[in-house]
Amino acid sequence: MPKAAKSIIFWCIAALLVIAAVGPFVWLLATALKPQGDNIFDTAALWPAHPTLENFAEVWQKVPLGQYLINSVAVSILAIGLNLAISVLAGYPLARMRFTGKPIVFGIVLASMMIPFQVILIPLYQLMLKLGLTDYTGGQSLFSPFNIWVGLAIPVAVSGFGMLFIRQSLAGLPKALEEAALLDGCTPLQTLWYIILPLIQPALATLAIFTLMASWGEFLWPSITVSQPQHYTLPVGLVALQSAFSSNWRVVAAGTIISMVPMLVLFLLFQRFFIRGLNDGGVKG
Amino acid sequence: MATLSKSSSKPKSSANKIAWLFLALPIGCLAVFFFGPLLAAGWMSLLDYSQSLEKPTFLGLGNYTRLLQTPAFLQAVWQTGLFWLAIVPAMVVLPLALALFLNRAVFGVGAIRTVLYLPVVTSLVVVGLAWKWLYAKDGLINAGLATVGLPSVDWLTDPNIAWLAISLVVIWKGAAYYMMMILAHLQSLNSELLQAAELDGASPWQRHWHVTIPHLAPMVAFVMVMSTIGTLKMFTEIYVLTGGGPLGSTQTWVYYLYEAAFGHLELGLACAAGILLMWVLVAISWGQLRLLGEADHA
Repeated sequence: MPKAAKSIIFWCIAALLVIAAVGPFVWLLATALKPQGDNIFDTAALWPAHPTLENFAEVWQKVPLGQYLINSVAVSILAIGLNLAISVLAGYPLARMRFTGKPIVFGIVLASMMIPFQVILIPLYQLMLKLGLTDYTGGQSLFSPFNIWVGLAIPVAVSGFGMLFIRQSLAGLPKALEEAALLDGCTPLQTLWYIILPLIQPALATLAIFTLMASWGEFLWPSITVSQPQHYTLPVGLVALQSAFSSNWRVVAAGTIISMVPMLVLFLLFQRFFIRGLNDGGVKG
Repeated sequence: MATLSKSSSKPKSSANKIAWLFLALPIGCLAVFFFGPLLAAGWMSLLDYSQSLEKPTFLGLGNYTRLLQTPAFLQAVWQTGLFWLAIVPAMVVLPLALALFLNRAVFGVGAIRTVLYLPVVTSLVVVGLAWKWLYAKDGLINAGLATVGLPSVDWLTDPNIAWLAISLVVIWKGAAYYMMMILAHLQSLNSELLQAAELDGASPWQRHWHVTIPHLAPMVAFVMVMSTIGTLKMFTEIYVLTGGGPLGSTQTWVYYLYEAAFGHLELGLACAAGILLMWVLVAISWGQLRLLGEADHA
């Protein structure tokens, strides 16, 4: 086959793939931009003749989307911070130290990765209730809404995956630098902070993005633990929006588009961390 | 001598102390927020909550036997198996095809990969909502069918079709995730190996089947396990798209657990369903570890 023909076939298939991947989002955007008068099922006009932002304004006024956004951001930041901290604290000794009980710790970490979160859903919920980390506590908590954010972040943040991931990236690091630091009188904590963490920054960024994706998209846990709209995260808020405005898709579509923007921007800015996460966490570290 | 060498190979107690100081927070968190609740779930699965939520009575394995006689649960397990059949083969073949297709140095190929990755980055609820509208009675897909003269389909309301429609959404959202994994693995394939095969007279097709595909085998096994685990845990897609209906035809294992717990307050039954799911997943993960271990030694 001539080269040109091959290239044309390649680009035709590629174009179809791109349409398949992006089409639903474009349709969502087109729906969100349709004026109220238009028949949204009038699919002859895939793109509205007179696009309008009125649906965006309406959804923003009628639904506390901004509050959902704040909750999602706060929960994600907490989840990332906590996840990085415990992953590093566990990954460092697992990669570098000899201590009694190491195989047991490994076993615990691996087991926590195998066991599905759904199994502990009910007891974990009861525990969070007792700890005052949900909004069913009756009276307003002193720490509200921080306690609720923490309660939402914990299941995402406490993960064996992160611990093992950091251990793997540390295992690939040469030991000479830290040994020198330890000989020069650094404590293990100082070595970790000043020598090791700067060296594994890419791994930390990757884990942060991974945690962000998990926490940003999480639906099951927040839908159970949170009852008051002012504590909804975006996924819970969107589902509520959809059931409240099921007859007005334009408004729901506008809300959905708004909720996508932060992640989309981050993805376009930090693509390589989004994509590398998987490869590092792949078959072998 | 034996005792001496044994004691010298033991970590010093000060080293122990330091290691455990580091581990205190992470292991403490796992203990409180994971293994504590896990033990509680195991215990709760032995209790009967049908009389009182506050004071459940001890039942033993009654929830398990009841579960295995509950048609709704058995249907949910069966349906989860059907989802597995629809999703996992596609999750292997499609990403593999995509990766092989996009594994070339053409201008713009990086941009295509990025665009294909968008569904992966988008949250499940957003994806579910977008497809719910595409699948609607007079939604875009049916409109498209109408323009080519085909009858419209009840994508989410026909029990024979709804689960396939959901499977398609799962594949659409996940394919690029595995594609990227396979691509990274492909790029680690030594090009000398391919050149050697070419020099030996292997056709492009033969090189494909005898060099590239075997190189990818461990990765394909990994993708299979990952997508199996994902399918067994399916929940949000169902919640957003069909709510388990029509006629329970899209009810999955986890969805059943969710409804038993938060719909019917059958906490013991729900925990039993969770514990059973856990054993299935642990068996799969354990098999995977064994498999990978063997691949490592090979």
